[in-house]
Amino acid sequence: MTCVVNESTAGMQQILEGIIEKYRGKPGSTIGILSAIQEKFGYLPEEAMDYVSQSLNIPSAEIFGVASFYSMFRFKPEGKYVVRLCRGTACHVQGSWLIGEQLQRHLGIEEGGTTEDGLFSLHYVACLGCCSLAPVMMVNGTVHGRLTPDKAVEVLESYRLEGKE
Amino acid sequence: MTKTVIKVGMASCGIAAGARPVYEYLQEKLGDREDVEIKQVGCIGLCFREPLVEVEKDGSRIIYGEVDIESLDKIIEQHVLKGTPVKEKAIISDSFEAPENKTLDKQVRIVLRNTGIIDPTKIDEYLEREGYKGLTKALEMAPDAVIDEILESGLRGRGGAGFPTGLKWRFARKAAGDEKYVVCNADEGDPGAFMDRSVLEGDPHSVIEGMLICGYAIGAQHGIIYCRAEYPLAIKHLNIAIEQARERGFLGKNILGSGFDFDIYIKEGAGAFVCGEETALMASIEGKRGMPRPRPPFPANKGIFGKPTNINNVETLANVAWIILHGASEFNKYGTGKSRGTKVFALAGKIVKGGLVEVPMGMPLREVIFDVGGGIPGSKKFKAVQLGGPSGGCLPESELDTPVDYESINATGAIMGSGGMIVMDEDTCIVDVAKFFLSFVQNESCGKCPFCRIGTKRMLEILERICDGKGTPEDLTLLEDLAYKVKDGSLCGLGQTAPNPVLTTLKYFRHEYEAHVNDKKCPAKVCTNLIHYTIDPNTCIGCTKCARVCPVNAIEGQVKQPHKIDDSICVRCGQCKSVCPVKAISVE
Repeated sequence: MTCVVNESTAGMQQILEGIIEKYRGKPGSTIGILSAIQEKFGYLPEEAMDYVSQSLNIPSAEIFGVASFYSMFRFKPEGKYVVRLCRGTACHVQGSWLIGEQLQRHLGIEEGGTTEDGLFSLHYVACLGCCSLAPVMMVNGTVHGRLTPDKAVEVLESYRLEGKE
Repeated sequence: MTKTVIKVGMASCGIAAGARPVYEYLQEKLGDREDVEIKQVGCIGLCFREPLVEVEKDGSRIIYGEVDIESLDKIIEQHVLKGTPVKEKAIISDSFEAPENKTLDKQVRIVLRNTGIIDPTKIDEYLEREGYKGLTKALEMAPDAVIDEILESGLRGRGGAGFPTGLKWRFARKAAGDEKYVVCNADEGDPGAFMDRSVLEGDPHSVIEGMLICGYAIGAQHGIIYCRAEYPLAIKHLNIAIEQARERGFLGKNILGSGFDFDIYIKEGAGAFVCGEETALMASIEGKRGMPRPRPPFPANKGIFGKPTNINNVETLANVAWIILHGASEFNKYGTGKSRGTKVFALAGKIVKGGLVEVPMGMPLREVIFDVGGGIPGSKKFKAVQLGGPSGGCLPESELDTPVDYESINATGAIMGSGGMIVMDEDTCIVDVAKFFLSFVQNESCGKCPFCRIGTKRMLEILERICDGKGTPEDLTLLEDLAYKVKDGSLCGLGQTAPNPVLTTLKYFRHEYEAHVNDKKCPAKVCTNLIHYTIDPNTCIGCTKCARVCPVNAIEGQVKQPHKIDDSICVRCGQCKSVCPVKAISVE
C-alpha cells in the first residue's frame, strides 16, 4: 500500500523516469501516471507533478487539473492507517454519521485530516459496495462491517497497538 | 468416488464478513485430502448470512450461513467426513426444509447465473457452464443478425437510462470508421448499488464474452473496461480472466478462426461519480478531467479518441451471451411491456435479507421487498424505499404495488437506475435523506453547469436550514422552484436528475418537511438540532452505564442516584439510550 518514500530529488527523478517511461507515447495516460506516483510516494508531491509536466511537455496546470478532479489523489502525505468511512446510502440510514463524529472526536481530527503522530488519516468515501454489512469502514485494504461508534473506536485501537509494535 | 466440493463465498463482502479465516481453516484441516476440493467462489447474493460455506456431497447441496470456526468444526466433522448435514446451521438445502430455500425460489438468474457457483479465476469452470458458447454461436451469425437478436430480446441498458441495447449497437455499426471501441462501464458509483462489483468479482468472463459479441456485431477491435479503483478484487479477477481468455484464443487475433480480432484492457477510474456519465467517462479514459460534453455528436459516431464507440454497463453486457445462446424469445418471455428480462437489485438499509436478488421485470416492489427481501427487521414500520441512488427517488407505502419496470417506476418520479434499493423504516428522517443525497451530488458535480454547481449548493443550504429548525414555509417553495431549474439547466444526467430525491420526497412526504418547518420537530427523531435526550429520574437506577458511554461527558450523577444530561453539551449520538438497561432515557 502507501509507503512514504523520502527520496532526494535525484532519487525521486529516477523513480519518476521509470514511471513515465512505461507510459510515454501512450495517449490518455495522465491518470495512470499519477496513480503510479501516488502508489510510490503515498501522495502526489508538487515537484513530482512539475517533473511529469516538463518531461511530457504537458502544462502543469493541466496535470494539477486532472489530479484535483479525482477524489483518489492526495496532495499531503497520509497516515500509516488510512481510515475510509463509507458514507453511502445504506451506511447513512444505519447511522454512519454517528460513527464519523465519534471517530473525529476520538482521533481529534477533522474529515480529511491526519493525526499528529502520523498514525491515522480519516476520509469519508462514497460507497464501498458492502451495503449489507452497513455501516462499514475500510482501514488500508481491510473492510470492517456492522459497526457501532464504540466498535469503530475499538477497531482503531487495535490498529494503534499493532502500529506501536 | 465423487469428490466432496466445498465452496466459500469470497467476494469483497464475504471477505469483509470474515470468509478468509474460514477458507484458511478449511485449507488447514482438509487441504491435503484428495476426496475434498475447496473452492473460492463469488457472491451468491445472500449477503445477510455471510460468511457462506456450501458443501456438495453425495449429489446433494447445502449452504451454511454465518459460519465461524466453531460451526465449521462441526460441519467438517459431521457433514464433510461423515455425511450428516448440520441442519441447524443450514440456510439452503435441496434435500430438507431450510430457512432461505424460498429466498431463491422467486428469483430468475440470468445475469447472476454463475456468481457464487464457479471459481471466477478458472476459465474451465466458466466453460463447463456454457461459457463462450454464446460467442461461438454469434461468430457463425452475420453481425446484423446478432444485432437483430439483441433488439428482439428487448434488452435495455441496465445502468439507469434504459436505452435499447440493440439500437445502440446498430448506431455504432452504421457509424463510418475502420477503428471502433467497445467500452464496459464498470464505474458503479451509485451509493447502495453493488451488482456490477459482484458480477465482475464472481463471473468476469460473462462480461468479457458480452463485450466480444458486441465487438463482433458493431465491427470493433478494441475493448476497454472502465472500472472504479474502489473495486480492487474486481480488477484482479478481470485481469486474470482477460489473460486466460487470451491464452484460449477468445481474445486476440483471428478469434476461434473467424478472422475477427478483438482485445480488451482495463482502465482504472480515480474516484469521480460523474464519470459514470458516458461522455465524462470517455474524457476520463482519454486521461482528462471527467467533464461531460453536449451530445451530439454521440459516442456511436464520435467517441474515444474521436472513434465510434459503444458503451454498455456491466449488467447489460452480462446478459448478452445468454441471449445469443438461448435466443431472444427465451429472454423476453420474462418481463412486462417494454421492460424484458430480469433486473438485479441490491437490497440494503432496513431490510431483513440484505443482498443481491435477480427478479423478472414487472414484479411489484412489495413482493421484492417483503417476499424476497424478508421485510423490515424488528417490529418497525416501513417508511420508504429509495430507488435509483442520487438520481432516483423515495417511494412511500402507497406506491409499493408499482411493478419494477422502467416506465412504471419513471411514472412515480423515481427511476430504475442501476438497481440500488434502500429500504427505510420509521426511524429514518426523510428530510435528512434528501439532504444526504443533495450533499452527495453537490460534492460530485463537476462544476461545468452553473445550475448544477451553484443550484445544488443553494438547495443543500435550504435543506440544512430545515433540518436545523430554521426553515420557513417559503423555503419549501424556493426549494421546489430551484429543483426544476437545476433539472432544466444542466447538461448531463447528473444535474438533470440531482433534484429527484428532493422532488419525490416533497411529493410523497411533504408532511415531514412541514413538521420540520412549522412545528420545528423531526418526527423520526434524527435531526440533532430538533431533538433532546432526557433521563426520567423516577426510572433511572443510577447504574452509571450512560455516563460511561457518553463520548462528551454530558451526563452527570452519583452511583445509585438519578442521572442528568446536560443538553448544551449533548451531541445527540444516542449511545446512552442504547445502553440504558431500564429504558429511562427518551428522546423528544
